[in-house]
Amino acid sequence: MAEQRGLTGFRRENGAVGIRNHTVVLPVDDLSNAAAEAVAAVVPGVLALPHAYGRLQFGADLDLTFDTLIGTGANPNVGSVVVIGIESNWTARVVDGIAKTGKRVEGVSIEGHGDLATIRTAARIAQRFLQEDSEAARVPVDRSEILLSIKCGESDTTSGLGSCPTTAEAVDRWVDAGGTVLFGETSELTGGEHLIAERCVNDTVRARFQRIYDDYIAMIERTGANLLGSQPTQGNIAGGLSTIEEKAMGNIAKTGVKPVVGALGPAEAPADGPGLYFMDTSSAAAECITLMAAAGAALHLFPTGQGNVIGNPIEPVVKLSANPSTVRTMSEHIDYDCAGLLRRDMTLTESGDGLMASIDRTINGRLTCAESLGHREFVLTRLYQSA
Amino acid sequence: MTQQPDFLAHDEGDSVAVAVRDVAAGPARIGYLRAETAVDVDVTADIPLGHKVALSAIAEGAEIREYSQLVAIATADIAEGDHVHVHNVRSARWQNSVA
Repeated sequence: MAEQRGLTGFRRENGAVGIRNHTVVLPVDDLSNAAAEAVAAVVPGVLALPHAYGRLQFGADLDLTFDTLIGTGANPNVGSVVVIGIESNWTARVVDGIAKTGKRVEGVSIEGHGDLATIRTAARIAQRFLQEDSEAARVPVDRSEILLSIKCGESDTTSGLGSCPTTAEAVDRWVDAGGTVLFGETSELTGGEHLIAERCVNDTVRARFQRIYDDYIAMIERTGANLLGSQPTQGNIAGGLSTIEEKAMGNIAKTGVKPVVGALGPAEAPADGPGLYFMDTSSAAAECITLMAAAGAALHLFPTGQGNVIGNPIEPVVKLSANPSTVRTMSEHIDYDCAGLLRRDMTLTESGDGLMASIDRTINGRLTCAESLGHREFVLTRLYQSA
Repeated sequence: MTQQPDFLAHDEGDSVAVAVRDVAAGPARIGYLRAETAVDVDVTADIPLGHKVALSAIAEGAEIREYSQLVAIATADIAEGDHVHVHNVRSARWQNSVA
């Protein structure tokens, strides 16, 4: 049975379990990308995470950037972190946040030194961290210790018929095993948000979920923009999806049948015990997965219809599709082919078994399609404009 | 007619079913995702993989149901067997979502 295969991972100082062992160079801001990438060039085993923001942000938007950067460094798939920022105060804030996990982290700031001296200092640290991380051993771990996240993309009607219900098989099994799963995509619940509200475990969670949902939709509707082509996307429409409600029903099909035990803000780590959690996120793949990884998710399941190519630098993304055309034309991106469901060659339970086998190999170290192709989409969510 | 359906519907009572291959106009077999039952529909146009067919006549303004849920409103009269997509349905929820 799928649940009984031996799983191995990396148990971190704070007890969290990862399935990868990255040594990360993390820029605090856009200005520090060049130095971070230079460090990764001279110490090739480390992973730089360039991104576009981090300057002149304020309030809740700034807090979310800090939560995302700190959460990324704190993710159990990361062994140690070198933080590089333009100035020392915000650099120290990110370092201190990551240090709470007990993992190795040091910060270097550029002002007063310039890029070249910063790169030299940071590269020395990165090399030492990389060598220390290389001695970390895989140990036996339980499925329930691995935080799973789910989000679909370039969905079509085959997602709702095949890849999303297959993902639900894995989600339900994860929760039954005592594990924790994150789902999000706030706007993409529209038309089925009452189904999520009904599954909330109590009135407190239900009220928080409803407030998050209502606020997000109000933000979208305030723009007055025509949403057709954006949500659903042009790709969704080409694949046969006609409305946000139809897309939402496919989206919700991947969440399984378990109760929703919590409603999280973006990048917020689940803290109310195991189970299925909703997280407030955009439905854009890179933004959503970046937030889920920042909450500590170690493995992502990504059902796709028309064929999304998304990856994440620190959280392996397992992609599955039931679209017989996509699995043929984009096979290098699809980790698990469940097109047999549309031919009725297999049952949903059998498809779930196949996905669990693919998941277990990924946990134990097999590279996903996205990892093998170098997909490292790392995108910060912005709540509003910079000052 | 082969045993494999040309379209799959999610639930009994749904207004539409999804093409599981490119389907040419003419007689087609509709299967159900979680049931062995099947029905036949005369499809009025070629329908590509992933697109939907109407399982019964739907009047302009009437609700389209899929997954046993309201997923759209018809913006034109739709006949049984017609292709159902953004040209003849719209979101019931988002007023600013129009083809």
